[in-house]
Amino acid sequence: MKCFHCGDECKDNSIRINDKLFCCLGCKSVYEILNNSDLCEYYNYNSSPGVGRKELPKRDYTYLDNPDIKEKIIDFSNDKYTSITLFIPTMHCSSCIWILENLYKLNPGIIFSRVDFLKKKLELKFMNVDTTLKEVIILLDSIGYEPVITGDRDDSERLTSESKKLYYRLGIAGFAFGNIMLLSFPEYLGISEGSSLSFNLFGYLNILLALPVLFYSASDYFISAFKGLRKKIVNIDVPIALGISVLFMRSIFEILSGTGAGFFDSMTGLVFFLLTGRLFQNKTYESLNFERDYKSYFPLAVNIIKEVQLLATSIDKIVVGDKMNIRHNEIIPADSILMRGDGLIDYSFVTGEAEAVSLKVGDKIYAGGKQVGGAIDAEVIKEVSNSYLTQLWNNKTFKKDSVNLIQEITNRISKYFTFAVVSIAVISFFYWFGNSTAIAFNTFTAVLIVACPCALALSAPFTLGNTLRIFGRNRLYLKNSNVIEDLSKTKKIVFDKTGTITQIGSEEVKYTGTELSEEEINILLSVTSNSTHPKSLSIHRLYKADRKFDITEDYDEIPGQGVKGRLGSKTLLLGSATFIDNYLGSNIILDNIKSSTVLMINDSVKGYFSFSNKYRDGLYDLVERLRRKYRLSVLSGDNESERTELKNLFPSKNQMLFNQSPLDKLDHIESLKAEGEHVLMLGDGLNDAGALKSGNVGIAITENANNFTPASDGILDSKSFVLLDKFLDFSRTSIKVIKINFAISFLYNIVGLSFAVSGNLSPIIAAILMPLSSISVVIFSMVSTNFLSKRIGL
Amino acid sequence: MSVIIVLIGFSLVVALGFLIAFLWSVKNGQFDDKYTPAVRILFDDKKKNSEKNNK
Repeated sequence: MKCFHCGDECKDNSIRINDKLFCCLGCKSVYEILNNSDLCEYYNYNSSPGVGRKELPKRDYTYLDNPDIKEKIIDFSNDKYTSITLFIPTMHCSSCIWILENLYKLNPGIIFSRVDFLKKKLELKFMNVDTTLKEVIILLDSIGYEPVITGDRDDSERLTSESKKLYYRLGIAGFAFGNIMLLSFPEYLGISEGSSLSFNLFGYLNILLALPVLFYSASDYFISAFKGLRKKIVNIDVPIALGISVLFMRSIFEILSGTGAGFFDSMTGLVFFLLTGRLFQNKTYESLNFERDYKSYFPLAVNIIKEVQLLATSIDKIVVGDKMNIRHNEIIPADSILMRGDGLIDYSFVTGEAEAVSLKVGDKIYAGGKQVGGAIDAEVIKEVSNSYLTQLWNNKTFKKDSVNLIQEITNRISKYFTFAVVSIAVISFFYWFGNSTAIAFNTFTAVLIVACPCALALSAPFTLGNTLRIFGRNRLYLKNSNVIEDLSKTKKIVFDKTGTITQIGSEEVKYTGTELSEEEINILLSVTSNSTHPKSLSIHRLYKADRKFDITEDYDEIPGQGVKGRLGSKTLLLGSATFIDNYLGSNIILDNIKSSTVLMINDSVKGYFSFSNKYRDGLYDLVERLRRKYRLSVLSGDNESERTELKNLFPSKNQMLFNQSPLDKLDHIESLKAEGEHVLMLGDGLNDAGALKSGNVGIAITENANNFTPASDGILDSKSFVLLDKFLDFSRTSIKVIKINFAISFLYNIVGLSFAVSGNLSPIIAAILMPLSSISVVIFSMVSTNFLSKRIGL
Repeated sequence: MSVIIVLIGFSLVVALGFLIAFLWSVKNGQFDDKYTPAVRILFDDKKKNSEKNNK
């Protein structure tokens, strides 16, 4: 029995409309909304296209009426209409596109809606008189497409304009290349029309066509070469820029002086190939964002209690002394003191503590924690940007410009390469200088032309670009191709514990003690069903299966301690050891079960529940494989309770550090780097943000690539966690492929140089040699990376 | 031979036309989203098809 809406398994057939079954009320409500508006075509494009909801949406969107907050999220608004772009991670199929583009049938105020599926973005326009932003968002939420609303603007706009520029450059270079080739054919084939007029015409046309290529398409190479030289770095763009300018000047000279046909076809072809390589390398994962900071995790607004009213307030307007009202599952945006209610804060994402913390009135709450019990009031003691967690972003690691646009491997080679080429050119110049000045200049320029490292410059973009795609297919999404080289140098791997090597939300519960009868299980289920404490929920899940249970009488919960309930003649107590001790007024609980949850029925202790983190599947084997090649260690924000269990995985010589604050983690990575380690950091939460940024490579692990992940160099889907060693191996393989490619392009260069130094380089030889070397390098890159990745199973 | 000059003129004009068309299409955003339009075109524009689904 599958849910008609989302395809999940239905527990029973109690939730249904006619012959259609639903797994939950959430799914049923979406169906009803769509059915009422005659939009069931949604279900025709895919079977069960919906997103499982499990509950009816009851999120609070009142803050969207606040003009300050509205201002932050809308694109444009005038007195007639408002336009907004929303990020909707749950869209996943063609039905999603269809329903989102037919939103006007559900809300006639919406006059325009368009989906960009790869970016998972929805562009909307709605009339201000007919509807409001809040209504639109609530509508989206009610049909299962909850938008992610954050205050920080992403930079996709900038990326689009960058890639547009590349298309322009490529288009112009391709246009010039093709036409110049065509106009040069008569020359290659030795056809002479006999008329000097037409010869010159072809030449001048070529000059005209080559000008935009030199000044527009190739401008980036000149800029980059100039920037490099100013920093005293001979990057790969230096010989390229040199080659292009020599090609251009010599061709101009030849055509104007009537001594030859020039090398414009080689020049434009070179630029065209180089730009193609760049296009291939620029593979981006458009729906992923590698630059997120705490702002995208925190809510946009929080309810502030002003006198007796609740007022949605943008979080940057929160000041010390404000009273916040935080409800179930809401994130606390600033350090504060609990004023009212029972705090039960889940810090797993923020500090790495796996277990929710119970707080009493007067206790301090750190920003980023999530309240998982009832509503609480809390007074702000520090502003958002200065809170315990968020001040991590004030650290200098986040200030320094870590953008490294140039690839090291090609730059190392290009330094020697450039010097070698220039010296060969100078030597041959002086060799011929005695005979004839003309030949000397010819050979000098010919050497610089033929040695232009097109193949060298194409090797890295194609190999790394393809590696990026292979990784992407295996659900490791890297920010850009430069990360691959950094990854290949990894010597030390540092893991975060909570959420990285353990799975959040899947604690293992174990019961030790006398076996429970069905009657006892009945009361246990009954009592635990009243509590929202994660431990109660876990225990409840452990026994639920198909069982039905009765309703508790006299239920009571003492926050941070335990629960108590009566069913008929039986009284059940479930809670911490202290809770039971206090109840009995004695110290009967053994020390070794102090951290467990004790179960007592009718004054006799039945046994206890122990909770342990569940490690990711395959972790053991992975660590075994990694240990042979890398030094491993574990950093955890959690307490030491799992040291013994981790010891099996990471034997003594490996480091294990517990109780690490976010800043400690950052400092630890910095000190490893200072020791000369090349560090790969794997983390998941905001508490790892500093360490991820600081590591040579930081990879964020997530259950769902569209969830929030802190800024990192790569995002790894947890399903591919066990492939980590293969990714590292393959990054080294691609660097090897690049090196072999260098050898191939050197071979071509030697052939070309032998023509050049002997003074025999004709335009046709240049025009054949250049594309041939480029194409063979490209083919070798693609074929070998694809073949080798298959062989290691990626 | 002067005919070749005319022909070259034509060929360049045609090629230039394509180049301009390409640049315009990039500017116009036709390369921004390379996936969704391909799906969108497959949607039917039926007005009344609710009977079939409500059985």
